[in-house]
Amino acid sequence: MDEIFGIPIPLLFGQLLLGLINGAFYAMLSLGLAIIFGLLNIINFTHGAQFMMGAFVAWMLLSLGSADAARIGLALLLLPLVVLLLDWLWLKLRLAQPIRLGLGVFVSAAWIAACFLENGGPVARALGAMFPNGLSYWWALLIGPIVVGASGVLLERLMIAQLYKLDHLYGLLLTFGVGLIIEGIFRNEFGSSGLPYRIPPELSGAWDLGFMFMPVYRGWVVLAALILCLATWLVIEKTRLGAYLRAATERAELVQAFGINVPLMITLTYGAGVALAAVGGVLAAPIYSVNPQMGVNLIIVVFAVVVIGGMGSILGSILVGFGLGVVEGLTKVFWPEASATVIFVIMAIVLLTRPAGLFGRA
Amino acid sequence: MTNGTGRRGLLAMAGAAGIGTGIGGRPWRSARAQAANTIRLGVITDMSGLYRDSVGPGSVALTQQAVQEFGNRGFQIEVLQADHQNRPDVGANLVRQWFDQGVDAVVDVPTSSVALAVNQIAREKNRIHLNSGAATSDLTGSQCSPNTVHWTYDTYMLAKSTAAAVVRQGGDSWFFITADYAFGHALERDTTAFVRGMGGRVLGTARTPFPGTTDFSAFLLQAQASRAKVLGFANASTDTVNCIKGAREFGLHRSMRLAALLMDVVAVRALGIEAGQGLLLTESFYWDLNDRTRALTARVRARNQDRPPAMVQAGCYGVTLHYLKTVAEMGIAAAKAGGVETVNRMKALPCDDDAFGAGYIRADGRKIHPGYLFQVKSPEESTSPWDVYKLVTTTPGDDAFRPLNEGGCALVRS
Repeated sequence: MDEIFGIPIPLLFGQLLLGLINGAFYAMLSLGLAIIFGLLNIINFTHGAQFMMGAFVAWMLLSLGSADAARIGLALLLLPLVVLLLDWLWLKLRLAQPIRLGLGVFVSAAWIAACFLENGGPVARALGAMFPNGLSYWWALLIGPIVVGASGVLLERLMIAQLYKLDHLYGLLLTFGVGLIIEGIFRNEFGSSGLPYRIPPELSGAWDLGFMFMPVYRGWVVLAALILCLATWLVIEKTRLGAYLRAATERAELVQAFGINVPLMITLTYGAGVALAAVGGVLAAPIYSVNPQMGVNLIIVVFAVVVIGGMGSILGSILVGFGLGVVEGLTKVFWPEASATVIFVIMAIVLLTRPAGLFGRA
Repeated sequence: MTNGTGRRGLLAMAGAAGIGTGIGGRPWRSARAQAANTIRLGVITDMSGLYRDSVGPGSVALTQQAVQEFGNRGFQIEVLQADHQNRPDVGANLVRQWFDQGVDAVVDVPTSSVALAVNQIAREKNRIHLNSGAATSDLTGSQCSPNTVHWTYDTYMLAKSTAAAVVRQGGDSWFFITADYAFGHALERDTTAFVRGMGGRVLGTARTPFPGTTDFSAFLLQAQASRAKVLGFANASTDTVNCIKGAREFGLHRSMRLAALLMDVVAVRALGIEAGQGLLLTESFYWDLNDRTRALTARVRARNQDRPPAMVQAGCYGVTLHYLKTVAEMGIAAAKAGGVETVNRMKALPCDDDAFGAGYIRADGRKIHPGYLFQVKSPEESTSPWDVYKLVTTTPGDDAFRPLNEGGCALVRS
């Protein structure tokens, strides 16, 4: 007996494992969404674009020495980080709010204008001269989330923060629009066919597990995702900072009354959620084609994961992420044509029977 | 703020927003001035999806190049453009609207499912469908139309050239990974016919949802388990690139031969020449093929974002030039009067252009020109970023495409 429903058992094991790998991506992305929704009550539709930006930053870092577009792109993406750092400095110098704003606008305009000079301007040229061989995958894992997270912080401060007083449909529409704009810009600059990105040499190769060939890199993805999910869960459930976060989710005014800077916490939470998406993007760069649409297909599934797990539930999004990856993997064996639909069928059933999701509190 | 109905409302909105992405691109509405002395060409293509770099702005640029080279011969030419987003409903609506606004011919129309929908509308409105981008051989077979010219390539030609070469090298058992829509089905069907015809076997097929599949590893594993000698990819563009990347990662290239049944220069560049080296593939145009293709590439490069044209983009150039020559020959009044008449004249007039050389259009609407089997160069052999192919064999036009009487086209029988 080495078959189940006509499928050889080794093949079935292989598919379960692959499902787990895909589930790792679902879990990582839905975790970010769940955190953001839990605290900000914003359905972050820019998440797919931010995932894609993470992958692009990885490509840009690697191609710093060889492609003009990579240097200029990175120079532009560094702007939010620079503005945030300068603003922090100005705050320490006790500059007045209007002056900080004016300086920020001035620096941004100068920075962007410089990037359109010949050869990408001073910043891009300096980047190219400093790293003629580019920066490796491991640097991307560190720098990607910081750069993309900084852009998220700026987005929250400048735009999303204006909408908290309104119905949260407005937040959804804003983030959806911003996501479309970002994808459009990347499509214009980098085309739609994708950019090559190789698996880092330390993680290439494969283990022979007997029942399947397991690429080392995919094993690393599962491990990294598990560590990240676990760490996030621990921070939120077991630390003092997490306790503040959870308290602010329930009654923001009361927490603020105790002297805790809730707006800052909200901003940083959004930044952290975005950084998680960017880590996912860097992890995805070597195995999926790095192209502007890469987040679109994934993000719809990830929203379904969040809904099934229960909006805002951290544990729910992690467990359901991995679980649905496995379900999808099995569907690919028994009925491949339905594999894109099965998650939404489950979502419909869950919504009908448990509208708050499997782990959500009604 | 956190009650159940509020969340469900949000979800409905989220769903609507997801669907809403489809309604973004509107055709460029120009003034309704129906100048009788203007030929209006509408390039409808994928401007925002996964095929964009192989078609998209490049198809528009090459169409404009043809218009410019044709020059002023007593009538005006206007080129419109629109994005069909690879969706038959969007494409059909846009084209219907265009024809009602006086557009004479639609150009390019990649994505087979969209092309088959547009095919019906062009026939119903008696206008002209100049197809370069779609692959399905049904356009000149069971679904053929007197209003359609299918210019650049089709699934039969790809299958015959690539599959025959692979089977001849001993690859006689196949497994397919197929994009689950009209194009993938046609490519798989035509390839299967060749493999079986040459004594080979097909051991299995995995149909992958399109668009929307990012991870192909599950299908790759099934292919591996089938123990077939050849893994045929009946898909295109980013899908093929993801498949080949995955196949290398899971070590499939050691036990199986990979056959990309539709791949172009753009996809090879995205894959990277190192991962793609040695692949066999078929195209009807390559920029570095001969002096005429190199001359065209030099002329069009500035207009085309400093890239050489891809096969389908070159097809837009060829078909537009031939259409305009036909219009000049029969007079603009007659050309605007009816689509069938004009297409019949296009079939009567011999074709010749820098991209495809001499050729002709058959009774079923099929343009006849040679097919080229290429092999992707190794990094050492390649001397410039776009220098990716070496020519293996050339199939003459009359052998490259499906014989006229085998397609089941009603125009041929009558």
